[in-house]
Amino acid sequence: MKYVDEYRDGARAQTLVKAIARLVANIGSTRQRPLQIMEVCGGHTHSIFRYGIEGMLPDCIELVHGPGCPVCVLPMGRIDDCIAIAERPGVIFTTFGDAMRVPGSRKSLLQAKAGGCDIRIVYSPMDALALARRHPDRDVVFFGIGFETTMPSTALTVLQAEREGVANFSVFCNHITIVPTIKAILDSPDLHLDGFLGPGHVSMVIGTTPYEFVAKFYGKPMVIAGFEPLDVLQSIWMVLRQIAEGRCEIENQYARIAPERGNSPALETVARVYELREFFEWRGLGSIDHSGVRMRPEYARFDAERKFTVKGVSIADPKSCQCGEVLKGVIKPWQCKVFGGACTPETPLGALMVSSEGACAAYYQYGGVKRSQAVAGSA
Amino acid sequence: MTHGFPRHVGKLQGETVTLAHGGGGKAMKDLIDDVFVSAFDNPLLAPLDDAAWLTLPGKQLAFTTDSFVVDPLVFPGGDIGKLAVCGTVNDLAVVGAVPLYLSCAVIIEEGLSLDLLRSVARSMAAAAREAGVRIVTGDTKIVGKHACDKLFITTAGVGAFHPGVALDIRSARPGDVVLVNGMLGDHGAAILAARGDLALDTAITSDCAPLHELVGALLDAAPGTKFVRDPTRGGVATVLNEIAAASGVAIEIDEDRTPLREEVRGFCEILGLDPLYLANEGKIVAIVPSDETEVALAALRAHPFGAAAAVIGRICDGEPGRVTMRTVFGGSRIVDVLVGEQMPRIC
Repeated sequence: MKYVDEYRDGARAQTLVKAIARLVANIGSTRQRPLQIMEVCGGHTHSIFRYGIEGMLPDCIELVHGPGCPVCVLPMGRIDDCIAIAERPGVIFTTFGDAMRVPGSRKSLLQAKAGGCDIRIVYSPMDALALARRHPDRDVVFFGIGFETTMPSTALTVLQAEREGVANFSVFCNHITIVPTIKAILDSPDLHLDGFLGPGHVSMVIGTTPYEFVAKFYGKPMVIAGFEPLDVLQSIWMVLRQIAEGRCEIENQYARIAPERGNSPALETVARVYELREFFEWRGLGSIDHSGVRMRPEYARFDAERKFTVKGVSIADPKSCQCGEVLKGVIKPWQCKVFGGACTPETPLGALMVSSEGACAAYYQYGGVKRSQAVAGSA
Repeated sequence: MTHGFPRHVGKLQGETVTLAHGGGGKAMKDLIDDVFVSAFDNPLLAPLDDAAWLTLPGKQLAFTTDSFVVDPLVFPGGDIGKLAVCGTVNDLAVVGAVPLYLSCAVIIEEGLSLDLLRSVARSMAAAAREAGVRIVTGDTKIVGKHACDKLFITTAGVGAFHPGVALDIRSARPGDVVLVNGMLGDHGAAILAARGDLALDTAITSDCAPLHELVGALLDAAPGTKFVRDPTRGGVATVLNEIAAASGVAIEIDEDRTPLREEVRGFCEILGLDPLYLANEGKIVAIVPSDETEVALAALRAHPFGAAAAVIGRICDGEPGRVTMRTVFGGSRIVDVLVGEQMPRIC
């Protein structure tokens, strides 16, 4: 497959693996603890597991799977809100597929569907708008989730609905922003991260300049990374090269997609439709200031939160869950008290066990050689 | 046509199935005669007795049943009728049986188009002819609107054992090889695409096909074959996990030797699906001792349904029950069983 296979070339991978080993040998002589690199984005986590990248790296490199899977950071209260909307008579609730299994305090959307709610999987917000056109007698609600990557498509759909005068379409807006989240992680006292792989697709929208503070104020190198396995491997090598050379910058490995200044039409659309919330609640990370957006008052009639007076109840994560520590890289997924026991992909307690991009589910499903050694070692 | 039994074919009125067609009266008789008996046409079915009398070779029989619910009913490469015949024929074929007779029970939602029902019955008849089986008994029920989704079909099948075959899921041993007879994931991708809610135009067609001849050819050429299974729902990944668990062995497959159509690869890339978990309806996974690899491959490749047959992996020492894949990239990952359905990823 063109533009895909080139980025999965095993021979090139071996060249990079050797280059990484050489860099690590240089850095390693002066260090006592592993090199921790966090990939912020769930798409990277997926690639890392799918291609077995972790097992190709020297043992002293630890990849920390960060908070960038939008499904994984959804708190239970938001799922409860979704179900409350879906249970209203006449509502068709639409969502991306991987939100279906995220546990709420009582049930997941999948269980609510089995219980009789009309909940449908869509592949784009435009599919939800099309449903609204086809069912003018029903209220079609789209569950808007994701970082800046998916924000523009939701916003464009709202603008399209406005142009067409589709009155029975609304968005339950739970979009979140990446920069305050990275900042919250960097402010966390128990953090030992040495560098970041930056989210390539978010950067396609916002550009690379918003991350400057990571290098400037926190002294951590970051490389904006693509999602094919060679992209990930090369980005790891670039982070290590910065560490080895004593540099600390925002570099862009994904320049073929992510421009330095982002995509201005997308940014304008986002600014037109949304405004920042004062705070937004994250699973595992708690409330983070300015980390989410809501619809501007001008678009209130397309805002499910206003249309259905959503309660927005805050529900604490289960006490036994250590999602937050996993998200911040303080512990590895298998070190969580409930990993593989009370919390499995069949019966997830935390959302990290739900999506294939979630660190825990990824370890459970794709877990590389390192996991089996670790689990065997701890047994 | 009716094998000496007087029937009144062609009296069916109207364009859709109604509850009256399930009432046990004349309308029901007309539906059965016109749609099913005329399509399945054979002397064992013709008496329409409460049960069919079968003559069977040998003493040991294989007996299986399967229900078919598929949305949409008609898809590129087949329809629910072809699926209902091939699915049961293949369940018999992969245990090493020669499929002989099938039953066909249908549950129809009122309002189903009679033209559609007729074309499904014709497609079952054609698939049965291709598979060399006869549909000898059946049942028809009509249910009200929303009590089922358009049309459900259950087929059961009996088959006679292929002489000298002893396939056993517990018999895979380190050194054995894992074969498939061609491109994986076509059916699953074709069905997802045919639902029409993906806004993706693809030319992917279902691989739905009867595999009894292919399996027969494999077992003749490679009599040491340990086990064969058709990787339907759950795909090849699920079957490999079942084999690894039952035999207490590890299995390693190679991503670069796993046959996939470019269209299916692209489809999975876009939707974030893993083709190893997509359903197949014309594929087998076979475990063969390594010294029979070449003859097994040659036998599969000589058959039209096995032209793209390949060795995709091997049984090895290692953690019992574990399936791993060597990725094109040079890494290794676990291929676990799927929890629930595969869900497309957000980004």
